[in-house]
Amino acid sequence: MSGERTVLVIDDEAPIRRLLRLTLEPQGYRLYEAGNGQLGLQEAAARRPDVIILDLGLPDMDGVAVLKRLREWSQTPVLVLTVRDREADKVAALDNGADDYLTKPFGTEELLARLRAVQRRAPEAQEEPTFVSGDLVVDLASRTVTVKKKEVRLTATEYALLRELVRHAGKVVMHAQLLRAVWGPNAEGQSQYLRVYITHLRKKLETTTSGKLIQTEPGIGYRLLASE
Amino acid sequence: MTEPQRPDPDALLAEIQREERAATRGQLKVFFGMSPGVGKTYTMLEAARARKAEGVDVVIGVVETHGRAETEALLAGLPVIPRKKIEYRGVTLQEMDIDAILARRPQLALVDELAHTNAPESRHPKRYQDVLELLDAGIDVYTTLNVQHLESRLDVVQQISGVAVREAVPDSVLDQADEIELIDLTPEQLRKRLAEGKVYLGERAATASENFFREETLTALREMALRATAEHVDQDLRDVMRAKHIHAPWRSGQRLGVGVGPSPFSGQLIRWTRRIAAAMDAPWVAVYVETSAALDDDEKRRLTKNLSLARQLGAEVVMTTGDDVANALLAAAHDQGVTQMVVGKPFGNRVVELLKGGSLASRLIRRGGDIDVHVVGGVHGGGGARARRPWSRWVGFNLLRDCAVGVGGVAAATCVSWLLQGLLGYVAVSLVYLLGIVLLAMVLNRWAILLMAALSALAWDYLFIPPLYTLTISSAHDVMMFTMFFVVALAMGHTSHQLRTREAAERRRERRASALNRLLESVTASASLEEGLGCAVKEVDALFRSRTAVLLATAEGRLDEAPHPASTFSPDTKERAVAAWAFERGQAAGKFTDTLRDAGGLYIPLQTSKNRMGVLGVHFEERPTWTLDDNDLLETFAGQIAVMIESYRAIETAAQARMAEESERLHRTLLDSVSHELKTPLAVISAATEGLDTQLKGAELPLSETFLDEIKAANRRLERIVTNLLDITRIESGRLPLNIEWGEARELLESAVSQVENEVSRGRVRITVPDGQPLVRLDFGLMEQALCNLLVNAAEHSSASTPIEMSAQLDGKTLQLRVRDHGAGLAVGEEKKIFEKFYRGSGARPGGTGLGLSIVKGIARAHRGDIVAENDPSGGAMFTIRVPVETGEAPT
Repeated sequence: MSGERTVLVIDDEAPIRRLLRLTLEPQGYRLYEAGNGQLGLQEAAARRPDVIILDLGLPDMDGVAVLKRLREWSQTPVLVLTVRDREADKVAALDNGADDYLTKPFGTEELLARLRAVQRRAPEAQEEPTFVSGDLVVDLASRTVTVKKKEVRLTATEYALLRELVRHAGKVVMHAQLLRAVWGPNAEGQSQYLRVYITHLRKKLETTTSGKLIQTEPGIGYRLLASE
Repeated sequence: MTEPQRPDPDALLAEIQREERAATRGQLKVFFGMSPGVGKTYTMLEAARARKAEGVDVVIGVVETHGRAETEALLAGLPVIPRKKIEYRGVTLQEMDIDAILARRPQLALVDELAHTNAPESRHPKRYQDVLELLDAGIDVYTTLNVQHLESRLDVVQQISGVAVREAVPDSVLDQADEIELIDLTPEQLRKRLAEGKVYLGERAATASENFFREETLTALREMALRATAEHVDQDLRDVMRAKHIHAPWRSGQRLGVGVGPSPFSGQLIRWTRRIAAAMDAPWVAVYVETSAALDDDEKRRLTKNLSLARQLGAEVVMTTGDDVANALLAAAHDQGVTQMVVGKPFGNRVVELLKGGSLASRLIRRGGDIDVHVVGGVHGGGGARARRPWSRWVGFNLLRDCAVGVGGVAAATCVSWLLQGLLGYVAVSLVYLLGIVLLAMVLNRWAILLMAALSALAWDYLFIPPLYTLTISSAHDVMMFTMFFVVALAMGHTSHQLRTREAAERRRERRASALNRLLESVTASASLEEGLGCAVKEVDALFRSRTAVLLATAEGRLDEAPHPASTFSPDTKERAVAAWAFERGQAAGKFTDTLRDAGGLYIPLQTSKNRMGVLGVHFEERPTWTLDDNDLLETFAGQIAVMIESYRAIETAAQARMAEESERLHRTLLDSVSHELKTPLAVISAATEGLDTQLKGAELPLSETFLDEIKAANRRLERIVTNLLDITRIESGRLPLNIEWGEARELLESAVSQVENEVSRGRVRITVPDGQPLVRLDFGLMEQALCNLLVNAAEHSSASTPIEMSAQLDGKTLQLRVRDHGAGLAVGEEKKIFEKFYRGSGARPGGTGLGLSIVKGIARAHRGDIVAENDPSGGAMFTIRVPVETGEAPT
């Protein structure tokens, strides 16, 4: 990823916009701002930013409504920034096309990591079909998984689950999405399958030194940590 | 090719229902014998021991050993449910404790002597009703029964043995038995056992012994027992054949009918018909014909009893009206498709019968067409009631009063005649007498009218017909006049009396119809449930001269303790228990029913097709009898009231849902905007501090780092307070929707620890979770927050060098989460207070809000669990959350 990346911030709070400018410009982002949903949609159409940071509590329209309108014509990655910490709100945003979310107040490092994650393409589309995070190496071409250079044997289901997490590494993947991808469209709601296999995966992949690789987002899904 | 036999759909349905019932219902096994002493209890206990050895949970509900040593020996090792002591008029009676058995829920309960009559004020008058309740509760029952206690055999036994048997079990109970084991002994064997003293005879049976245990009696009883068992086996076989579509030569198409009236003889007819119907495997109907003749209270009581006997024995009861009983019976028989009709042998007055065109039996036979008529002879053993009947009328108060009025009427007619004699002549004055009779016949009873007719005739003869002041009549012309007068007086009196009773019946029917109509109208017109119930209660009270209570079902499906305000009486604790029974079982209970009939009121469940809305309790001011008509009407009322309550409930629920939705929306908007306003500046401060931090890195400004740390710490505290305040608001609003999902307890604990890394250093926390714990279902987000609060609390109240222990353990269906510190512990009396809002513990550092633990409690409560704080015996405070959870398979 090279060159100047552009980011559109849609938030009605001027202090937050100023802060984001202070944080992101030194990282090489060019920032556009919009104070409400209508303006935000216009800016998104006009500037074609690489990524959009969207606040859910906007004065003129709900953030989720902005998302729906945006997704009608654009696939630009969207990171939702919100003070709402109810799971239902987050799930609604993700369901309507958000790529990830961050709850206010947030840390700068976390924000940057999430921004990088949402812009990343799925690994298959990349030249290198290998995913690395800490001690974990997943070779998507040969379907081999190694931890600390030692090969780990995964069952077919475990591998399918890991691959889905790798495809969205660093981003939250919702329960329903994982279930659909691994067990098929009829398995949604069978979240105990997921729990059991996530437990298996963690046992096999997380060594005492590596710490948590697979993070739980209560009520929403899982996130595979991506190291840069 | 013959067309394949198609099974009767009704029979198939019955079979399906039977199987469904059998799946949930307990199994009934009856140990059946011809007489006491054949060893039923012994065999039952032996069978129970065998089941117990197989590992079945067997208890003894009640077993009578009558002091027989071999039987008593078998009791060893079987748990006995202690009997309930009932005080009744100074005597302590012991009865089976049905509630204790239901609470104990064994797989099999032994209940000896099925025909036993319970002590007054027990739940059911009869033990077999207790047994049916046990079966309904899914408990298997073994029981014992002698053939003489079988309802349909009662009078035959009485004829054979000369002993009146009072305790009876309806045949339908035996029909419900899944298995009948006949304990058979030859009469000689039994008599031998008797002689050896192996059969203990109770005091009551002592007088009967010489009759009862005669060889002929025993032989007859044995035959009866064998037959009853055979009939049952036959029925079983037929059920099987029907279920498996085996075609057998049914004697189908037969349908029996029996005419039922208020006569005590009707009971015998009913039992006779039931026996024949069972033997023929034919359905049967009991027909009652209501005539214009009024029934007295005794007759009404007997009629109700007869009809309920018929119903108990499995008949369909049909009621019809008409003054010609034979025609009405035949019409009903044709309607019901009856092929054989059963009537009693006549023993009425020949003359009256001749006037009516022969006895009922002969009229039926003559006009019956293709219906076969059985004429059954009566037994006069129980005929006492019949002989008493006319006399009870003679001594009635109403009769004396009516006669007095009648005599007065005759006297008045005489006076008028005397005055008009000159004008009309002595012949025409007889019309004055007739007028008097016709007028008074509208109000007086039959016997008084007869008296009036006789007195009028005599007075006319004595005072007006020449020769005057004698009872002799001189001319043949006058003799004819006198005779005709008498006959006309009688006929007119009778006719107007009949007219009156028919009119009264019509009025009664009219009054009921209009009451029902008024109820419906007022219900539709009323604006609220309160108003509607008020109207309904008023109608019931007016119609039945009663006071009425309406007990509604609560949202939890129980019966509300307090009667609805529209009620006109308030049931006491005992009556409420009756109401609760009626509600739970969906059957009427209390006065005039078979259940808890000692109660003061009658309790009828308010049942719609889908829901049970409550119970209608009716307390009658003064009502010695309760007819089927009354019952029918009250049940119709109860049905209407139930439908009304259901519709108002539906409206209420919809309105409440709308309101809740509206207030939920408002609440959420408010919370969202408040949290937006509070959290945005916090987010700015924290992000700005972080930016500053990065910039200052490496710069040699020693104090600035300290200042920054202070800002960061203060900001974190502020963030926590804001979060806590918002959380407690949400919890207090009572609308904390749980987002229940599957998860692992260990994960929950670890994630909580990582959440509070800033406040509680990771190295202090020790997590204990047993291996192989199954998955649990919780709101992991909320529970994690609860644990975070507990961890922060523990860190605040203990020194940084001491460990904090955290554990999760599954105890059956309860998840126990524990956080324990090694600080000073809780002050005495603080264990409950610390969960109160804004309460600050004695050792708390300044600056907290006192909300953290209230939030934990709120979250535990939202999971239908609770939290307990206590001091660990070895020092430090210990917080334990216990919540009921659903568990899944253990991750391997």
